[in-house]
This record gives sequence, C-alpha cells and structure tokens, in this order.
Amino acid sequence: MAAPPRHATMQSISNGGIVPGTDRQQTQQTQAQLSQQSPGLRVPSNRKTIYDRHLNRSRNTELSRASFAFLFGEMVTYAQRRVTGIQDLEKRLNEQGYPLGLRLLDLLFYRSTSTSSSALSSSSTSSSPPNRPLRIITLLHLIHGPLWRLLFGRAADALEHSVSPDTPNEYMITDNDPMVNTYISAPRDMSMLNCAAYVAGIIEGVCDGCGFETKVSAHNQPTELWPSRTVFLVRFGDPVMEREKVLERAGVK
Amino acid sequence: MAAASKAAISSSAVLGSISTLNNPSLLKMSYYFTILSPTDTPLFNIAFGTSKGGGDGIARFRFPETAQYMNQFIIHSSLDILEEAQWTNGGMYLKHIDTYPPAAAYISAFLTPSGARFLLLHQPPNLPSSTSSSSGLGSSSLLGTAGSTTRASSSSIAANPTSPQTEEAVRQFMNEVYENYVKTAMSPFYKQGMEIKSPVFRTRVTAAGKKWL
Repeated sequence: MAAPPRHATMQSISNGGIVPGTDRQQTQQTQAQLSQQSPGLRVPSNRKTIYDRHLNRSRNTELSRASFAFLFGEMVTYAQRRVTGIQDLEKRLNEQGYPLGLRLLDLLFYRSTSTSSSALSSSSTSSSPPNRPLRIITLLHLIHGPLWRLLFGRAADALEHSVSPDTPNEYMITDNDPMVNTYISAPRDMSMLNCAAYVAGIIEGVCDGCGFETKVSAHNQPTELWPSRTVFLVRFGDPVMEREKVLERAGVK
Repeated sequence: MAAASKAAISSSAVLGSISTLNNPSLLKMSYYFTILSPTDTPLFNIAFGTSKGGGDGIARFRFPETAQYMNQFIIHSSLDILEEAQWTNGGMYLKHIDTYPPAAAYISAFLTPSGARFLLLHQPPNLPSSTSSSSGLGSSSLLGTAGSTTRASSSSIAANPTSPQTEEAVRQFMNEVYENYVKTAMSPFYKQGMEIKSPVFRTRVTAAGKKWL
C-alpha cells in the first residue's frame, strides 16, 4: 500500500524535486518541537529576557565616544546613499532620530520616578514623581536640561524665544559644540548641511510624544569661539499654540 | 446571578468555615486592563480578578459570557474624559477618572509621557442585596483574628473602588506595568503603536495584578 507514494517521491527526486519527502517531514517535526518549547519567543541561553534586566543598570555608565562617532558616521553615509539633496538628507537623519526621542522620553521619566531624585524636575520638587509637561516652557526646559544631560552629559547652552511678533511659535535651543558633529566636516558644496538634524529628530520625537506637534530643524550658526555652534529651531503647530492659550487662561502650569 | 453564586461556592471552598461569616464573594473584584496607543489602537488587554485574601484571580464580570465586549465598550468610552483630564493634571497616574453606574464599573487611568494610555476597569461583584463595605468590615471586626485582618485590608480595596487604599494599590500596579512597558518600548524591534505580544510581558502584568490587586 505504501508503494505508490514512495514511488512518487522517488520520481520527484529524479525530476529534481527540491525537498525529498522524508526530509520535509523531519523538518516539520523539528519545527513543531521548537514551537512547543518556545511559542514565538527566543529566550537567551542564560534565560534572561529584556524584562529581567534592570533599566537603571546602565544609568551612570558612559559609552565609547569613538564607537559612537563611527556608528553615526555610518548612519550619515547610509542616509546619503539614498537621497537627492541636502534637505532630503537632513530629513532622513531627522526620521532616524524621531523614534529615539519617543523612547528616551519614557526612559527619562522611568529613571527619574524610580530614583525619585531631583534629576529631572527643574523645579526640584524631589520625592514626588515628575509631571508630564503640559505647557511649552516646561517641555522646553525638560529638553534643555534633563534630556540633554541624558544624551550628552551636560545641559544645552541656551534656550530662547523668537523675538519677532510674527512667529510666537518659534523657540531656539542652542548647543555651542554638538557632540554629533565633533568628527564631521562637511564638504564645501554641502556647507549648509548640519548632521545634528539627527538630534533635531530626537527633539521632535520628544515633543510629539508629549502631545506637542512640532517641526524641528538644525541650523549652523558659527561664531568666532564656537565654529560648530548649532541652533535647533523648534516650531510648534497652531493647535499647540491654541491649547497653550487655553491652558494659560485656565492657570495650568 | 449564576456567576456570583459560583464565585461564592469556589471561594468558600478555599477559605473554609470562616468564610461563611464574612462572605468573601462580596470582596472579589473583576479587573479589565488595557493599553492604548496615542492613536487609540489597543496594544494589550487582559482580564483578571482579585487574588488577595483567598481570591482565585479569575474575573467574573456582570455581563454574560457573550457580552464581554461591554468591558471594551465602557473602557473606551472613558477616553474622552481622559483626554480632558490629561491637560489639567500633569501626573502620570490620573487616579479614578470615570464611572459607569449601570455596570458599577470604575475606570482608573495612567498616562505614559510618550502618550500611551493604561486603563483599568474595576467592577465589584454583583451584590445580592445592599451589603457594602460597612457590613464587610463589621463582620471582620467581629472575628478579630489575624486571618480576618488581612482580609479586611483586601476588602477595603474591593469594597470601595474610590478609597485611598484602592488608589494606592492601583498606582503600584500601574507603576509596575509601566516599568515593563518601558522595557518593551526600549527594544529595537518594537515600534510605538505595535501590539505587545510578548508572553513574558503578559506574565509580568499578571504577576503585578496578583501582587497589588
């Protein structure tokens, strides 16, 4: 009774069949065994998943600047290979930074609640957990201080509001010497390019996560003293400005 | 009614003879917990019951088995209130924000800084008469044993969904889930708005529910 199917497999082999029947059965069996052991999940050999690791473990450890410079250089190269111009390149770098901003926001709050130190709250109300930023100023202080310290180990250098009455929705965060640009020298024909667009993307992610619709861009503004001085222009959307007015009237801080 | 009586039988079997004095089926809450993305996509949900004070950790909602979608319906209808409360209260834990009286459902909310919403619906079991927290506490004080004091503390969580003890228990639960949520979010293979499928995460949430609620 078993003869015809065996014959069929023989034929398929002789016809150049890809997988012989017995082998296929074996692979199916092993797959079934694997899926029984761990349904859709690969557990590391030491049985420690990401849920077993402590989020504050790497809190005070520092990363190698050299490896960061190398990685970031590769990211810029990767982005440049697929773009048409400087603006497009900056947009890509921005998009790479955006998801990082969303993640950092949660991590930043987690770390400041679990230790309940005054690391985050600019108003230095220790013990109680920090509040989510509701107003533009609190959000910008969060970026200028705690976020910058988390990323670069120091606060940003300046935080300004646009003086022009036409653009009340524009704020500027200045970094005199952005870490991401330390080892980058743009060619002459790309002098407009600022790779800190990546950091601009991170800022955008943080603002968006908090519920503030924003466009952030990075601009070169070199001075005698600081040749790679960068200004991050933060432009809030109209709905944010409207809400800001409502909240101001309601007295929310 | 059938569900409530079943609850009484099973939990009295666990607790033994003491439970006849202080009917423990009155103390068991049912919980429905869900995580919503900033764009209202459900990322995770789980139903469980009280585990403290001899509870078996199984949810027994007032709706029949065929109408479990009512939980989702009630919990999602509180989103409007949440979005209002979001801009007046800067805390992450917003406490008890909404009540749905027809089902005696209470909803507590927790907002992550990046905009994900944790919502917990808690519903006391269907009470046969007008018995409430006062009767439960009274009978436990009559007992006056060590076993009853632990049950009294858990009964204060279950019997009064807006008491400070309940708020604190829910806050602890939410914080523990938040920690695990951050761990999920930090994974490079997780993008914001993706469903959380990790069985480890589910186990962790279940454990947090057992620990605090």
